[in-house]
Amino acid sequence: MDEEFKVIDNYLMIRLPNEIDHHKSVDISAKADRYIVSKKVGNVVFDFERTTFMDSSGIGIILGRYKKISCFGGRVYAVNVDSRIRRILLLSGLENIVEIME
Amino acid sequence: MIEIIEKKDIGTITNEMRLEFAAVSDNEAFARMAVAAFITPLNPTLEELSDVKTAVSEAVTNAIIHGYENRGSRENKVCMYCVIRKDVLEVVISDQGCGIENVKRAMEPLYTTRPELERSGMGFAFMEAFMDELQVHSEVGEGTVVRMYKKIGLGSWIDREE
Ligand SMILES: Nc1ncnc2c1ncn2[C@@H]1O[C@H](COP(=O)(O)OP(=O)(O)OP(=O)(O)O)[C@@H](O)[C@H]1O
Ligand SMILES: [Mg+2]
Repeated sequence: MDEEFKVIDNYLMIRLPNEIDHHKSVDISAKADRYIVSKKVGNVVFDFERTTFMDSSGIGIILGRYKKISCFGGRVYAVNVDSRIRRILLLSGLENIVEIME
Repeated sequence: MIEIIEKKDIGTITNEMRLEFAAVSDNEAFARMAVAAFITPLNPTLEELSDVKTAVSEAVTNAIIHGYENRGSRENKVCMYCVIRKDVLEVVISDQGCGIENVKRAMEPLYTTRPELERSGMGFAFMEAFMDELQVHSEVGEGTVVRMYKKIGLGSWIDREE
């Protein structure tokens, strides 16, 4: 399953794939940046609903998008985060950067 | 080079396997699936399975993007050696890439030499958090050996107690 992108108002929604690793991350980041620039979206929402595996490459995707949009006041959100993904986000100290929505 | 690290004497080997694969990113998923299949007889919990897969993914990705500098060449090989001794898994991931100058510094959380590739410097920290033990040996110009241990099947042991 590939990732899916959708723009709603000022939000880029990224439905992440089943597994997020280095192999997948390069493409996701490049596509996300194309949306951010061409649709001029300010915020990014990462949807982990389908995600059963993520390594540090996922941290790179989130931090990279955060760096792109935060200087314009944009924010990064994470939805459908299970305990596993949450642990990885917290271990990386991302709790101050992404808002985890319950 | 693998033999440089002192092997731990933690009982007799019950199963082992060795895989060698091209240092291309498609093989990150392959290595994770292979180790997951290999430890299935130990009845790992979902959590343990996920821990081992993450740690292997980190070490293999490091070999590909740092060891072999992301060249994506099939000539470059990553080796994954797995051993089971009773209920303890040992995984050794090695490359013959550029090596690490300062292993201690490389293992610090958030330290990365490739920020431009969106690496965040969390790989070794995850290996350490998700496995019971992590040893890293590296020689500049020779390559890197990452050795990890984890006791598997705690879940099934707890189930039996109930
Ligand atoms: N197999 C290797 N060969 C050469 N250098 C390595 C190897 N593994 C790690 N390193 C070095 O150690 C540093 C830290 O590795 P670590 O996995 O912790 O972070 P990273 O790979 O940079 O980022 P992340 O894993 O979060 O994507 C790397 O940036 C790299 O310089
Ligand atoms: Mg890494």
